[in-house]
Amino acid sequence: MKRLLIWLPLAIFLGFFALFASGLLKPDDRVITSKLVGKTLPAFSLPAAASDRPGLASTELATGKPRLLNIFASWCLPCAAEAPQLMALAQQGVNIDAIAIRDARADVDRFLARYGNPYARIGLDARSNVQIALGSSGVPESFVIDGKGRIVYQHVGDIRADDVPMILQRLKDAQ
Amino acid sequence: MRMLAALIAMLLSAPVLAQSALPPAPYANRQISDPAQERKAKALMETIRCLTCQSQSIADSDASLAGDMRSQIRERIMAGEEPEHIRAWLIERYGDWVSYEPTADPILWPLWGAPVLLIGLGLLVLRGRIRRKRS
Amino acid sequence: MIAEAGLIALWLAFALALLQLTLAGFGLAGGKPELLGSVRPVAVAQGVLVGIAFALLITLFLRSDMSVALVVTNSHSMKPWLYKFAGTWGNHEGSMLLWVTVMGVAGAAVALFERALRRDTHMATLGGQAAISLGFYAFLLFSSNPFARVDPPAPDGQGLNPLLQDPGLAFHPPTLYLGYVGLSVAFSFAIGALLTRRVDAAFARAMRPWVLAAWVLLTLGITAGSYWAYYELGWGGWWFWDPVENASLMPWLAATALLHSVTVLATRDALRAWTVMLAVIAFSMSMVGTFLVRSGILTSVHAFAVDPERGTFILVLLGFYIGGALALFGWRVGAVREGAPFELVSRETMLVVNNLLLSVILGLVLIGTLYPLMTEAFGHKVSVGAPYFDRIAGPVALILMLVMAAGPLTRWRRDKLGLVARRLLVPGAIALLVAVVLATVAWGRIGVLPLLGLTVALSVGAASVAPLWKRNLRRTPLFTWGMVIAHLGCAVSLAGMACDSAFTVEKLAAVRVGDTVQAGDWKLRLLQISPIAGDNWTALQADMEAVRGGGRAVTLHPQSRFFASPATATTEAALLTRWNGQLYVVLGQEAEDGRWQLRIWWKPFVTLIWLGGVMIALGGALALVGRERRGWLLKWRGRALA
Repeated sequence: MKRLLIWLPLAIFLGFFALFASGLLKPDDRVITSKLVGKTLPAFSLPAAASDRPGLASTELATGKPRLLNIFASWCLPCAAEAPQLMALAQQGVNIDAIAIRDARADVDRFLARYGNPYARIGLDARSNVQIALGSSGVPESFVIDGKGRIVYQHVGDIRADDVPMILQRLKDAQ
Repeated sequence: MRMLAALIAMLLSAPVLAQSALPPAPYANRQISDPAQERKAKALMETIRCLTCQSQSIADSDASLAGDMRSQIRERIMAGEEPEHIRAWLIERYGDWVSYEPTADPILWPLWGAPVLLIGLGLLVLRGRIRRKRS
Repeated sequence: MIAEAGLIALWLAFALALLQLTLAGFGLAGGKPELLGSVRPVAVAQGVLVGIAFALLITLFLRSDMSVALVVTNSHSMKPWLYKFAGTWGNHEGSMLLWVTVMGVAGAAVALFERALRRDTHMATLGGQAAISLGFYAFLLFSSNPFARVDPPAPDGQGLNPLLQDPGLAFHPPTLYLGYVGLSVAFSFAIGALLTRRVDAAFARAMRPWVLAAWVLLTLGITAGSYWAYYELGWGGWWFWDPVENASLMPWLAATALLHSVTVLATRDALRAWTVMLAVIAFSMSMVGTFLVRSGILTSVHAFAVDPERGTFILVLLGFYIGGALALFGWRVGAVREGAPFELVSRETMLVVNNLLLSVILGLVLIGTLYPLMTEAFGHKVSVGAPYFDRIAGPVALILMLVMAAGPLTRWRRDKLGLVARRLLVPGAIALLVAVVLATVAWGRIGVLPLLGLTVALSVGAASVAPLWKRNLRRTPLFTWGMVIAHLGCAVSLAGMACDSAFTVEKLAAVRVGDTVQAGDWKLRLLQISPIAGDNWTALQADMEAVRGGGRAVTLHPQSRFFASPATATTEAALLTRWNGQLYVVLGQEAEDGRWQLRIWWKPFVTLIWLGGVMIALGGALALVGRERRGWLLKWRGRALA
């Protein structure tokens, strides 16, 4: 018994050492993903965020065809960086809707005039209520919604040029 | 002095790391008038982890999303919702991560068992000590 | 030239450390005892050289030499000189150089001043110290050269995180560092004693001043860090159970346990193996703490200098030294004889229980801090925070406080339970009284834990001064005073914590200029908001007036500051300290309707938390001086005679 106790500290230490080493080997992952992926969208209905697009309700995302739901804001820099990729997706026939977070109509109009407008509908989420209900933790984020209004994929952060084929594939798989 | 004013105007017009185009939500920085409800809301907020600056609770965070979460929590408490129900609702969306209060998830059972284990181990060492003393 | 000279000094110190280890190794194990005579001068020379290297790095920072990469990334010519100075160690390379500097200087001190220890244990200790230093030298020279140049020189630096531009924080990390390194000396002593199989009272007496000094510095460092977080983060919290905070708490817990067990070993020659074990644990906690802060494997507010490569290097050192020490422990400790036996009712038992409880708290903090990392290995993200630590470690800490009250009132070797109980009569009566009064006045309004905390704090406070009862105070030895003050400090600190969580009044308000707002007994008025400028920042400052009862009005100036390089905004809370608490005011954003957000707290007796911390450190310092003075006096007299 005593012999065992003497070596116990070393054993515990080796356990911690392995833990630290595995922590170092794994890529740094600070991303908190939504646990609603695979589930139906929560119900919401948002007023229009831009002058020339209607608002957005959850029912309008369950139209039988997969859609991309983009969470963005005019004050967010990565969102501007992501804009060309969204434009490219829209040109390839992807239906994109958006939710603008803590935004003002004039700012959204200016943002869309400057970076292009790939969206069919844009809802204004002034107090992040829908963002929180979606389990989204920041901007920009994009959700792939299938025809029945189910979330099938969440993309955290801006969509880069090399992410576009993957997004297209996800949309195709959702059919 | 005028240069200083200009500098300040410049700084204020370009907010550092903007997180919002709007003023904070109504109950982000405003207490519920009923102290009992405010206590409940505050206790819950202190155990909800901020998604933007991940090592603070939303009660201690300047992030806009944290402010919106505070406002939502206060509004829901005022509407009569129970704090644990709100916590469960948030966990459903963000996972166990969002709660600083460890949940009842089986993966956390060893955490609650740790004190018992450690005290037991300590007593084991101590018992050996005392027995030797008697002999 | 200065940078090159610094690098050369560092290489020379590295070479001398290698020499020191070789001489000690061959001298002790290689059958060449004549080599041992040169170990001490080499240790002194190594300390001097590494000191020179560090002094040169400070010079580079003070001169804002923008041809040195480290200065470019961490300093700025516009920065006040104090922060240029503190910037030397406010980064990874500089802090590692500070680490080896303190180790080198401490090694020189051990070589020069340690006389009582057996020669072979002394030399083994110096060899161990050199071995640890070598790892850090290698780290600096091969992966984190602080003297690296940039070509061409940069026009100016990239500043330092403005949150770190604060007098409290400038000296908080080095204080912790000195504590960590002090524990490395204790570790070297333990290795030396294990190698020569001399774990005895003389070893304990040689190690004790280093443990005490390290513990005093850790206490000060944690206290200062907590106060810094309190006023700088702007939300009135003083401890967040953040991984980096826990990383500084864990070595302190281990050092506290070690401090008590080393006293048992020095006075009663008991707890031999346990004391050696604790010395190893204490230093390993310092290294684990450093690893957690540097590697960035846990999310933290304080994470700075995060870099997986550095993390790997520290982890290798950690595995090498701590794994090696624990293997040595398992191999050699069987040869360490059991110490003197003791009775169940005795101060020794009290101290053993103290050690047990401290170790349990240490284990809980360690497991709680690392638990998210463990579950992530299974793909499950969880958070362990204040609710867990408060609820689990809190009660254990309260029991520990009760043992702390009883310990000094129990005699060494053997005592009678009845007698101990009689000595605890007055504190016990106080506890009962406080509990009854609090329960009737505030039941339901304050939590159970703060209520228990206040009760325990007041009774333990009374029990702490009891050892002075009926004693001739002038004849009482200094180290007894030290113990009494440190224990009283724990009670004072606990009282502050309990008062803060039980009685704090919070008021959030949006006010126009000219409006008043009520927070607890205080009436505050916002007089005006105006821009002001500092050395390297500009700010919006509120002028406010605070009145309590019919008292005189006091002005307060909370600010929100903007730093240009790098662009950052911070809040500077205004604190108004009164004997019975602190008023804490933060200026927030301006709303669209021209009203300003204010966060106001009245925190009764919150300052006791840090006052207690300072008392604990002062108690440790008195004990250190008290224990060492005798030795110094003897030595001085001996020299005067010769």
